[in-house]
Amino acid sequence: MASTLRQQVLTLYLQNSALDSNVVGWSIYDGTGKDAHTTGDSDEAPYETGLDALRDGWRLIQQPVLIPPYPGEEYTTSFMKYGFLFEKLEDVS
Amino acid sequence: MVEKQYLLSSKQMAEFVARGFLRFDELVPDEINRDVMRGIDQQNIKGHRSGTPLSECYHGTPIRQLLDLPQIQGLIQSLVGEDPLFDHDAIHVREPNEGKAQGLHADSIIDCRTHFDIQLMYFPHDVPLEMGGTLLLPGSHFRRVNESDVAAYQNMRGQIPMVCKAGSVLALHHGIWHCGRQNQTDRRRYMYKLRLNPVVRQMRLWNDDDLDDDYREAKAIHSAFPMGDDVQGILARREPWFEAASGRLEIVNRIKLWRFLTGDEEFDVHYWLGRLENMPA
Repeated sequence: MASTLRQQVLTLYLQNSALDSNVVGWSIYDGTGKDAHTTGDSDEAPYETGLDALRDGWRLIQQPVLIPPYPGEEYTTSFMKYGFLFEKLEDVS
Repeated sequence: MVEKQYLLSSKQMAEFVARGFLRFDELVPDEINRDVMRGIDQQNIKGHRSGTPLSECYHGTPIRQLLDLPQIQGLIQSLVGEDPLFDHDAIHVREPNEGKAQGLHADSIIDCRTHFDIQLMYFPHDVPLEMGGTLLLPGSHFRRVNESDVAAYQNMRGQIPMVCKAGSVLALHHGIWHCGRQNQTDRRRYMYKLRLNPVVRQMRLWNDDDLDDDYREAKAIHSAFPMGDDVQGILARREPWFEAASGRLEIVNRIKLWRFLTGDEEFDVHYWLGRLENMPA
């Protein structure tokens, strides 16, 4: 019998490597099909901090690994460094 | 050569260096907006070979009328010189009632140059919020990313949807992250984009009469600075999406670009570079 559990995925980009620091960016993908999120669809962050997401039932499944800057690239900026990945499982039956 | 009054000021240049864009609302007269819309409908707005001097492009078209506006001439001259090269143009279309937005991206490919191209984005008709508008991420232009590598980022604090009246124009640094927001109306949305390459050294091409002797004077750290509205204050302002530590590096990126644009190799903001450049004998 096919599973009726569907994954919702939330990535919160935080101000630093601490889970309780402030959210500066976010992305949401909803496997239940109830919501469809896309680029630039909200100016309101879903949570103030990463910890707030935990308190609301999101399960942390990946946190960023701290990698020292490559020699010569110490002052270069690129991707967001502190993306925390969360999930919820929802029964769609 | 455009009259000095139409050149950008030093504060506008500092805004461009800090945020990677300048915005000019309702700059283009309605008559040109209407002619451009007609040209889009009739599909007769044609680009040129890459590398063509801009002065040789678009003669007899409403795009030439747009480019000949003294305010447009002034901003082009201030940023990339009097007669830059045509790189490419594009009429960007967002279809009615789209399912999703474009992913966040920087145009072209990863580009580590200090000198920069500009992209003009021109909005020939009104763009209400439900129509989307181009989304900009202020201050993202120094981030070294390759095109749509950043499409995973859906929303960032401080992002700007370009909601505007007809005739509005953006001048963007080539590295700025942006995308076409979802168009939730039943009308097509158009935006005309033009990329320009400098052929002269980008140094003090703007009206720098407002750079007095005091503007570069060192200021005490942890004073009311950096909230001021002067060049140093503008270059020190953080964007809401900056991470705490990387935000400091962004100020260093701005200092380096300001030094490049002014030829002043000792200019500093908040002592971020001066501290590192202090080499005891």
